[in-house]
Amino acid sequence: MKRVRAEVLSTRKLGAYHQLTVVAPEIAEKARPGQFVAVKMPDRREFLLRRHLAIHDASRRGGWAGTLEFVIEPSGPGTSWLAAARAHSFLDVIGPLGKGFALPRRLTNCLLVAEGHGAAPLYFLAQELVAAGKRVDMVVGADTMERVLKPIDAKRVSQTVAIVTTDGTLGDRGAVMEVLPAVADRVRAQVVYAAGPARTLEQVAAFCTERGLPAQVALEERMGCGFGLCYTCVVPVARKDGSGYDNLRSCVDGPVFNPARVLWDRWLGERPTMLPTPPEGLPVVRSWPG
Amino acid sequence: MSDGEAPGRSGGRRSLRTDLGGGLVLPTPVLVAAGCVGTGRELGGLVDLRRVGGLVSRTITLEPRKGSPPPRIAETPSGTVWSTGFQNPGVAVFVEVELPRLARGGAPVIVSIAGGSVDEHVRLVGALQTRPEVAAIEVNLSGPDEEMRREVLGEHVDRTGEVVGAIARMSLVPVFAKLPMAASALPDLARAAVRAGAHGVTMGAPPAALGVRTNDLRPALGGVTGWLAGPALKPLTLRAVFETSRVVPEAPILAVGGVRSASDAIEMLLAGASAVQVGTATLVDPMAPVEIARGIADYLRDKGISSPADLQARLRVPAGFRATDAP
Repeated sequence: MKRVRAEVLSTRKLGAYHQLTVVAPEIAEKARPGQFVAVKMPDRREFLLRRHLAIHDASRRGGWAGTLEFVIEPSGPGTSWLAAARAHSFLDVIGPLGKGFALPRRLTNCLLVAEGHGAAPLYFLAQELVAAGKRVDMVVGADTMERVLKPIDAKRVSQTVAIVTTDGTLGDRGAVMEVLPAVADRVRAQVVYAAGPARTLEQVAAFCTERGLPAQVALEERMGCGFGLCYTCVVPVARKDGSGYDNLRSCVDGPVFNPARVLWDRWLGERPTMLPTPPEGLPVVRSWPG
Repeated sequence: MSDGEAPGRSGGRRSLRTDLGGGLVLPTPVLVAAGCVGTGRELGGLVDLRRVGGLVSRTITLEPRKGSPPPRIAETPSGTVWSTGFQNPGVAVFVEVELPRLARGGAPVIVSIAGGSVDEHVRLVGALQTRPEVAAIEVNLSGPDEEMRREVLGEHVDRTGEVVGAIARMSLVPVFAKLPMAASALPDLARAAVRAGAHGVTMGAPPAALGVRTNDLRPALGGVTGWLAGPALKPLTLRAVFETSRVVPEAPILAVGGVRSASDAIEMLLAGASAVQVGTATLVDPMAPVEIARGIADYLRDKGISSPADLQARLRVPAGFRATDAP
């Protein structure tokens, strides 16, 4: 983990997204697919905390050595500020952070499932898998054409690509879950990696559990710091021995988790069950601070 | 981070050594606030802990706590609304695993504790008692009082005195009472805590807060209500520190809430604090506690002041002003 002053090399529009490239050799050298960085915002009242960006690519060799790429979907003041970053300005970046994807040792057929801008880390993963001699196939989905991230890159890096959009403007009309079973059969998937909206990941998790497919998913939970200090980005994850669960920090214990151990209902559902249990007979009057 | 020297000892700078009494001496008057030091090993990679005034642990309870449901943090103008619900492994695991890690970096460790009853507090102190790593204990009094079935233990003068007294009688290290800064009975609470044996006061526990999302009509936090943090708190903290220091001038005050620059910290000292704790600013910039301390040293040198203690409570208040006269 390094803290660097990174120069913005370029920003460019990518459909509905923005691609941001920064020079950060110390981070690029160590970055693994699935990891992220924490970028400091300027001192203004509307944003205070760092913004956390999944690493979309890290170039270690060649003309672009030492650069990091991110895909930004402008959705609030912070991401809009980042999307408008000018070339040659500087960003305060801490990274690489978190646990990335683990590459399979024996199994070879890897199916990557991406939806929306969550696809960003999977392109980095795909390159690493191919470099490790694995077969990569992809399912890429989004609402509409502008939100399908880099379909041409997907074709370049993988054996087959299934593209689906909700409105049918690119690829087949539908959702990733509608094509996933057929694609998994066709490519004889042995391992599944997924990133995207939590609800989609929950369905991917159920599918993988049912088929007995090993899987890893990159989760997004709102973070305070990004490096393990504040305990705000927790996700409930079952213990390996089944003796209960722990609220794990997605910044240091994730953001990549085994979806079979994520307690999706507790994480995403109506959550009163997670409130601390009071001693027998006493009312809970307010959630505990801390 | 090039020079490994503590700021107090580096050339040309004033000593920032801060003696809070009771054997508690900090290398600088800038600590990391409770809930912002992780489990003790995360901060070490980002900052030289020998240059940090002290670390306040996350709040520890007797039994392990899972904490609040996510999301646990949301940004708000000049601040955050957050609640972790005291997620912690319980005092037994804390003492075994986290405490040695917190102490390893060399910064003094203040352990934050919270309980729902007098008995729980006493047992917490009992579990920490034998550990040499514990420089002081901070009692977070903003949690519910389960014994008396009240929302906030530290809003009641009688109970604050009772709980703090039980802890102080037992503790071998200085005890700081972290009082709710928004409590209307603040002067009485501070007096009760100090009279009961608290060595000092941490000012303070933040006001409760709510965030609202308009897109899906939900509260911003999974636990619905949380606590305000960040620069938005600064004037509230200043006033609470100021009032407290006038009623218990003999007790050191640790100011927490809204400190993110050296200027903020100096203002807290002028208002009556002996040291400051930095929370949200540490989450954004792990070097903040060191940079704030450096800024204080620069200010002292420029003004020809010899130590941070000489700034303390030097706010020039009109003669005849009494805090209780204020609106």
